[in-house]
Amino acid sequence: MSYLDQFLFGIYPYIALAIFLFGSLVRFEREQYTWKADSTQLLHRGALITGSRLFHFGVIGVFLGHLGGLLTPLSVWHALGVAPEAKQILAIAAGGILGGIGLLGLLILLHRRLSNERLAAVTPLRDKVLLSWLLVTLGLGLATIPVSMGHMDGQMMMLFMEWAQRIVTFRGDAASFVAGAPLVFKLHIFFGLSFFIIFPFTRMVHAWSGFGSVGYITRAWQLVRPR
Amino acid sequence: MKIRAQVAMVLNLDKCIGCHTCSITCKNVWTSRDGVEYAWFNNVETKPGIGYPKEWENQEKWKGGWQRNSAGKLEPRQGGKLRILANIFGNPNLPEIDDYYEPFTYDYEHLQNAPLMQTPPTARPVSVITGQKMDKIEWGPNWEDDLGGEFSKRSKDQLFKDVEKEMYSTFENTFMMYLPRLCEHCLNPACVASCPSGSIYKREDDGIVLVDQDKCRGWRMCISGCPYKKIYYNWESGKAEKCTFCYPRIEGGQPTVCSESCVGRIRYLGVLLYDADQIETAASVANEENLYNAQLKVFLDPNLPSVIEEARKQGIPESWLESARKSPVYKMAVEWKIAFPLHPEYRTLPMVWYIPPLSPIQAAAERGVLGRNGILPDVSEMRIPVKYLANLLTAGDEKPVLAALDKMLAMRAYMRGVSVDKTENLEVLKQVGLTQAQVEEMYQIMAIANYEDRFVIPSSHKEMVEDSFNDKASCGFTFGNGCSGGVSSGTLFGKKKEGSIIFVDMPKSRKKAAQAE
Repeated sequence: MSYLDQFLFGIYPYIALAIFLFGSLVRFEREQYTWKADSTQLLHRGALITGSRLFHFGVIGVFLGHLGGLLTPLSVWHALGVAPEAKQILAIAAGGILGGIGLLGLLILLHRRLSNERLAAVTPLRDKVLLSWLLVTLGLGLATIPVSMGHMDGQMMMLFMEWAQRIVTFRGDAASFVAGAPLVFKLHIFFGLSFFIIFPFTRMVHAWSGFGSVGYITRAWQLVRPR
Repeated sequence: MKIRAQVAMVLNLDKCIGCHTCSITCKNVWTSRDGVEYAWFNNVETKPGIGYPKEWENQEKWKGGWQRNSAGKLEPRQGGKLRILANIFGNPNLPEIDDYYEPFTYDYEHLQNAPLMQTPPTARPVSVITGQKMDKIEWGPNWEDDLGGEFSKRSKDQLFKDVEKEMYSTFENTFMMYLPRLCEHCLNPACVASCPSGSIYKREDDGIVLVDQDKCRGWRMCISGCPYKKIYYNWESGKAEKCTFCYPRIEGGQPTVCSESCVGRIRYLGVLLYDADQIETAASVANEENLYNAQLKVFLDPNLPSVIEEARKQGIPESWLESARKSPVYKMAVEWKIAFPLHPEYRTLPMVWYIPPLSPIQAAAERGVLGRNGILPDVSEMRIPVKYLANLLTAGDEKPVLAALDKMLAMRAYMRGVSVDKTENLEVLKQVGLTQAQVEEMYQIMAIANYEDRFVIPSSHKEMVEDSFNDKASCGFTFGNGCSGGVSSGTLFGKKKEGSIIFVDMPKSRKKAAQAE
């Protein structure tokens, strides 16, 4: 295992997650006025509603799928009676469909943003970086599907699960589990981890609030603040 | 009974001359900033007209306000909570910037920098969004001023409901009135109810509805929720902004800038006491025409000893009770019933009230054109159709509007008798059910309209709730993180959007581009 593998898959995840969590916390604490979804719907609607709904449905689905798929312990899958082969088929099908929907949405949104004069004028560089980063990560993720189709026994997926679970439980030697993976997987992981670093410095922070806004359902209609 | 106090407003449309001074002072104070150049917290519309933003009164289109469901419960017309949450990814009821207008400035510098040429240089319009020159300005915040534009377009006005509008397309029958509009600071605000972040709130002490700029996430559901379209999306900051009722001034006992600067003296500010427990009942009345009367029942008589005692018990300061007794708003809205809420059928229980305009009929009556109804001219034959006013102020019920117009005519007739003929015409007063004392007070407040009669605003009692020593040497009124300057330009977490050009002056980068052209 090279030092680069050790760094990128053993150490870099901690750097990325630390920046993600502390960056979000600091921004929420110090600069909440900048914490927003930053919608451009007012300036030009275009295909926003279709694109945004597809994109969010796909990407949130993919994110939750990764979270559940990678971090659910093997023993739970055992107890549920799901064999690695079956889980692999599930992952490929769900990931492929949701990722495809997300990609379609993202392409619609990118086209809307770049083809309209007003939106092109008000789109800051950080939004362009963010959207292209998402595009590359999503594309790499979808590009792993043909590779996975080549070995349907689910063993490589088990290695990724072991890697992810070792990372979040602070057990050493996590990097060795992915060191032998094909390049496209490694690239996808690298771009995915880097996305967590970009997160607190962009409008991505609205994702926290999106999940937070679910509390609205149980809230009273009216809010009155005492002096 | 939960007693709360609110500083409410009355606008006497009978005296509005449509000068837009209120709009301009408001713009200068509050919205002469990037991202809200297109937003007018206060604007004056000429009616009939589709208004600003286009057709704001058409709730079939914009889905603003509340609706009563089959179970008799209220929910926002744009949908229940799940529907609202589902729409945060894309709001199907949100107006676009062109429904307001594309904000523009002019290339004034060209007037001074233009090279020697045969024709005088012109200052072409420049879009504030793109920084590009605009060929033609197609729409503006006040495009229909004094009946500008064709009748066919203006007559999309929702107030023509149940009115034979074709008749009013001819020059002889045309009519107009001015309608200054601002946030209604409702008792049952639909914007507050629509906000998934819970960033909009009503203040308990004075009833002002504000957006917490830090908590706003820009989900923009409030913009479609408000039926008056008086919440605006700041496209530069990504936050919702609205009329603040000039709360820093109100807290100090001063009128809002729109009221202070009104040259026609049409605006009144005063305290109303209301029972917060009655709000839901009043807003849920089945028949829309009964909403006006239901709202009146929410207000409490500030002269009743039992109300005063209970209000004291619930901690309302003595100065506020005193102001409530002298409130011009209470007198006009509740005692004399000459002021009405704007579109009560939206079920928001608005707190900016309007006295319907009268003038056109009086002039015609003096020429002997109109029929007579007893001693007073017959207001049902006035130039502005009563139905039109009722659609604006009482959800279509003409009776309260007719009664108010009659009272205003009676006041004129009586005072004309006193000052010209030197006789007290008590018969007109009997006809409309006013006493001599009442009509003289009406005359004092509505016609003379002295400053201290128009604005009865108690200062807030901050000393009771906070330690002002903490405010010493603080940064004053800012958006965002106190002293960090608000827009966070150049910090790690964001800076001004590159494409936006400063509304007040163009930045250097944009100036270079403009010069290169």
